[in-house]
Amino acid sequence: MKIIGLFVAALGLSIGFAQSNGNAENGKKLFLRDGCWECHGYAGQGSRDGARIASTALNAQGLIRYVRRPSGAMPAYVDKVITDQELTDIWAYLKTLPGPKPVKDVPLLNTLR
Amino acid sequence: MAKSKKLDRRGFLKGATAGAAAGAAALVVKPPAVNAQETAQARPAAPLATPRQVALETGAPPHVDVYTTDRPGADFMVDVLKSLNFDYIFANPGSSFRGLQESFINYGKNTKPEWITCTHEEISVAMAHGYYKIEGKPILTLAHGTVGLQHASMALYNAYADRVPVYLILGNEQEIAFRRSDVEWAHSVQDAASMVRDYTKWDDSPVSLGHFAESAVRAYKVMMTPPMEPVVLCANGQLQEEPMSEDDRRSLRVPKSVIPAPPAGDAAAVEQAAKWLVAAENPVIVAGRVARTPAGIKLLVELAETLQAGVQDRKFRMNFPSHHPLFNTGSVAAADVVLGLEVPDFWNATHTQTPINRMGMQSRPITKPGAKLVTVTAGDLFSRSNYQDFGRYTEVDLAIAADAEATLPALTEACKRLITSDRKRAIEQRGKKLAEEHRRNRERDLEQATVGWDASPVTTARMAAELWNQIKNEDWSLVSDTTFVSWWPLRLWDFDKPYHYIGGHGAYGIGYGAPAAVGAALANKKYGRISVNIQCDGDLNYVPGVLWTAAHHRIPLLSIMHNNRAYHQEHMFLQDMASRAGRGVENAGIGVTLEDPHINYATMAKAYGMYSSGPIENPNDFGPALKAALEVVKKGEPALIDLVTQPR
Repeated sequence: MKIIGLFVAALGLSIGFAQSNGNAENGKKLFLRDGCWECHGYAGQGSRDGARIASTALNAQGLIRYVRRPSGAMPAYVDKVITDQELTDIWAYLKTLPGPKPVKDVPLLNTLR
Repeated sequence: MAKSKKLDRRGFLKGATAGAAAGAAALVVKPPAVNAQETAQARPAAPLATPRQVALETGAPPHVDVYTTDRPGADFMVDVLKSLNFDYIFANPGSSFRGLQESFINYGKNTKPEWITCTHEEISVAMAHGYYKIEGKPILTLAHGTVGLQHASMALYNAYADRVPVYLILGNEQEIAFRRSDVEWAHSVQDAASMVRDYTKWDDSPVSLGHFAESAVRAYKVMMTPPMEPVVLCANGQLQEEPMSEDDRRSLRVPKSVIPAPPAGDAAAVEQAAKWLVAAENPVIVAGRVARTPAGIKLLVELAETLQAGVQDRKFRMNFPSHHPLFNTGSVAAADVVLGLEVPDFWNATHTQTPINRMGMQSRPITKPGAKLVTVTAGDLFSRSNYQDFGRYTEVDLAIAADAEATLPALTEACKRLITSDRKRAIEQRGKKLAEEHRRNRERDLEQATVGWDASPVTTARMAAELWNQIKNEDWSLVSDTTFVSWWPLRLWDFDKPYHYIGGHGAYGIGYGAPAAVGAALANKKYGRISVNIQCDGDLNYVPGVLWTAAHHRIPLLSIMHNNRAYHQEHMFLQDMASRAGRGVENAGIGVTLEDPHINYATMAKAYGMYSSGPIENPNDFGPALKAALEVVKKGEPALIDLVTQPR
């Protein structure tokens, strides 16, 4: 019984770990499948139609909350369409996308200052 | 013109006789007059005429079919249209205006206006749209009254919604006896302009040359009075092709053309607006189609600087310098006075809609309670009901029905007069804050542009930055919209001249972009400017034939394909709908992507005789390709680079 209890606890921890960290590799697939890039760009750079999401400042729960009840032009995605786990994976992928770098590191842009 | 004295083609075909009609003498080359008595004296030894010869010389001449004329009615039409000082005619050829075309190229010597060959009527009108937005002069376009107008109609609607004058002449054979075949029956129409009457300002179908002259000049005047809109004039085939009688030649004249001064705002209303603006703590100016002439930018800058008010540019025109400290600063939400200048979507500028409310149920003003809303627009002087481009009704506190540019001098003067020393200090303080906001916005844009800098497909920010790097030291002109590239050029480039930007479609009718760019580039050509076109792929596929027009007429234009391989706006809408329906978005690409096979625009451009390169997928290859293409453009030719890009 003890052993089973430990196993269940370990499973729960494992699931909890997945939910909080996500699988970035799967997140990339989902990012492409679910068309996040359409408004937010393949690099998560953002556009006229969607915010920059590369290296998002949101945590996974924040991202899930936003996707369920977005503001502006963003459509709402229900759990049936994309699960919390899948969103967590996408979040993990977004964390791997590089955010803005110093303008001075891009010579062409630096000349525009 | 006395119609009873006019000789029509049927009269000729029945057989012209010397005395049958007065007009006939004008149509045949007469032999030199000979005095019979003098001839007899000079040649007394000549044999006597036979009875047959006598009969031939004194009796009625035999029937002779006459197919020629030395002066068709179209020549006079050309005289009238030349008086309106058109630079060019943009047209795809059509039999219903063949008479007019022949007169333009021969009698009119194909100058002022010069004929520009277009491969589609939608191209003709959209090119005219773009040309006007650079040159401030309307173009003469011609089309069949039926099939040609059907092609041209969407472009005409764009021009209408964008308040751009286009002068469209429709060929039509109104008289049934002149229709040669089933083709001409199919190309004839009872009321040609009816199809586009909802989105043109005026039209007429003249029944005589005198009528044509008056209506042609009237059409020009109506078109050029704000709000400027397209007009349609029908050119009856019979009038074009039949000869002018001697009476016509003596009596017809070209009426004088005078363009009315644009309507300026009522003095009392302008004073009231000035009082509110000067007293405001946070006034903001929303700029729509304000700058109608090159003077418009200076006038708007003067008002904004007088008030140190932020200017929210809706990007319909080159209204305000993009590096000015007041550009895109201030906020409608924080404003206590919002001044809308020629803003067609003022309701959208002052309201917000949540996703659920986008279905049309609810909306919310974003302005503060008590904020004063003031509009100045010539749109209040002209309304049609069927097409709904007028937008939602906006509740404002003061509506000045007038042309904004014409009203700006009085408004600025009134503001200057009302500014006290106290207000001056407050206004200066506000200016400093807005300048700081502008600086922060610019820094944020630059930082934003770094994200995905090396990505493939190429980001639109990188595309804009690379382009700017090549053209910044040239006399350049962006002849395309920036909506579909997230406005990156407006965020990175230094726009300050009237020809630096031409705004967008008007009615978002796709198929505008490529021809408008070519039309605008033609206007830029004589000034030696480098015209730059960021060309959406979906748009070019509507009207690829315009590439040939650019190549054939040697119109220098640097086109960069924004080749994102889909109709992305529609793709996003499908995602939205699928999400609403809870069905997932995996199928949202069906019907909206342009893949399998990918379209090779470089090959397409080559087929039309244009220099091209690409498709380019590596962002590092773009700069060198640009440099090479720019050299071609500097030599006076068009060039196209196919760049594979991010969606927006």
